[in-house]
Amino acid sequence: MFQEQYDLLNWDTIKESIYNKKAPDVEIALRKYKRNLEDFKALISPAALPFLQQMAALSHKLTQKRFGKTVQLYIPLYLSNECQNICTYCGFSYNNKLARKTLTQTELMQEAMYLKEQGFEHILLVTGEANRTVGVPYIQQAITLLKPHFANISMEVQPMDKADYSTLIAAGLHTVLVYQETYHKADYHLHHLKGKKSNFDYRLGTPDRLGKAGIHKIGLGVLIGLEDWRTDNLFTALHLSYLEKTYWKTKYSISFPRLRPAEGFIEPKVVMSDKELVQLICAWRLFNEEVELSISTRENENFRDNIIELGITSMSAGSKTNPGGYVTSIESLEQFEIDDSRTPAEIVAMIKRKGYQPVWKDWEPFV
Amino acid sequence: MNDPLIIAGTPFGSRLLTGTGKFGNHLLMQEALLASGSELVTVALKRMEFVSSDDEIIPYLQNSQFQLIPNTSGVRNAKEAVFAAQLAREALGTNWLKLEIHPDPKYLLPDPIETLLAAEELVRLGFIVLPYIHADPVLCKRLEEVGVAAVMPLGAPIGSNKGLLTKDFLSIIIEQSKVPVIVDAGIGSPSHAAAAMEMGAAAVLVNTAIAVAANPVEMGAAFKKAVEAGRMGYLAGLAEENNMAAASSPFTQFLATL
Repeated sequence: MFQEQYDLLNWDTIKESIYNKKAPDVEIALRKYKRNLEDFKALISPAALPFLQQMAALSHKLTQKRFGKTVQLYIPLYLSNECQNICTYCGFSYNNKLARKTLTQTELMQEAMYLKEQGFEHILLVTGEANRTVGVPYIQQAITLLKPHFANISMEVQPMDKADYSTLIAAGLHTVLVYQETYHKADYHLHHLKGKKSNFDYRLGTPDRLGKAGIHKIGLGVLIGLEDWRTDNLFTALHLSYLEKTYWKTKYSISFPRLRPAEGFIEPKVVMSDKELVQLICAWRLFNEEVELSISTRENENFRDNIIELGITSMSAGSKTNPGGYVTSIESLEQFEIDDSRTPAEIVAMIKRKGYQPVWKDWEPFV
Repeated sequence: MNDPLIIAGTPFGSRLLTGTGKFGNHLLMQEALLASGSELVTVALKRMEFVSSDDEIIPYLQNSQFQLIPNTSGVRNAKEAVFAAQLAREALGTNWLKLEIHPDPKYLLPDPIETLLAAEELVRLGFIVLPYIHADPVLCKRLEEVGVAAVMPLGAPIGSNKGLLTKDFLSIIIEQSKVPVIVDAGIGSPSHAAAAMEMGAAAVLVNTAIAVAANPVEMGAAFKKAVEAGRMGYLAGLAEENNMAAASSPFTQFLATL
């Protein structure tokens, strides 16, 4: 379990070791054929900012070598905004006294068919954490209903036990996104005040339980803005390295959600600039040539248009972050505001203009 | 020069097999593949659309030049591979199959045990099986024994463009094999392809090097020439490389005294 490794790590020591990196460390990292965690530290450190052009060029080249001139498209489908957790940054937080909504089977299919008509084959199911209404049976039923219509089903919901994951994988689940939000345990507790999500250790062990259940893909990441993003991403890199060695049949992806305005919004503790986000994405690619890097509609048009060539391999398009947001309940409570509100067709046109191929389908359920 | 590549009794004029992934768009892919002269073209089952969509790849490959070979990329074991092969056969109406089982999604390295198990079953089910494998001479013989139509050992990790890192093992495989040896994966430049052909490989498969080139159409044409040149060089009988220097003065006077 990663927990054993995590317990030996010291946040402050690691943070200091990142901020102590100097230009020569970055130069060494850039020259290398294969980069290690020390190189990653250098590449995410403030010392690497003057090297952003070189990092971008390398990231571009490495990404094309592995992934070609393609961008995978996916779409989130919010099933419910009911949630028992109190989290300081999330619109779905329990103490946010607004009307709640969970899709019925009919509504679910209406929303799904709308997305299917747009061309989507990879779908991401999202819920809050409310075990009575959107527990494992509800999600299992949703997967069973959607499986005949979509090539690839992912979910971003509450952490579960291994047996539950096995059940959902058998029903057709391909990928689970589970962001630690922050690896800083004390700060984690400041932001996750009540509910099951306040259990840091259980969340930290989730990728292990997924790996043991034989999931195809796990998405990792932290919520940028809660804590020092450099240190948090170094912890993510440590986590990824552990997972790649332990669950070697599983694929991994990394996301970079920046805290967005939402109902009950808190100010980010740390603000990350666009330039720093580019640095982080390039650093990830230079550190790990094979990992998928994903960007959502949280980011604005200009950023998303340009980041395609610099390391990103998948993106969402035309997303709504409220249940029923596409067709059945357009005004319901959203999780966070999106920035890039272009339609999937507009995103596809943009990707093609860049000389890239938008990929709708890259999976076939084999079992 | 009449020198067809014969796989499972079918002759092909080109010894360059190509993949269809990673291209910037389908039209560019089609033009590059046509320029390459390739006749055997692999396509991933997982990328195929079974309902009409603008992402559809198959219409761009419906050309009399191409014999499509579906591949099982994405499967993790023999059971999934057999299932995927049957789906592919149904979808494309062909018995040809590139068998790829890479449970490791990071380096996409093939699982030799599952590949052998799947190959045996697929041959029994009437498929023309072309397995993607490590450059393992013993495994190649085992696959030949279960009836595969060719073997496809890797030159280097897939997508790495590093060339023939497994050269010594490839040459043993070529020496021992009774079925065509197609060097797959790792070929990053036309010179790598030519080198494989000079060694006596029956064919090579190239994808990334063409798809990611600044000009994929020109690169397709360059590979065509390189494969032809390498093959011609092989057939013409390459001068042996000397593996020892010829001494200009006698090594020992003793021999002269005998």
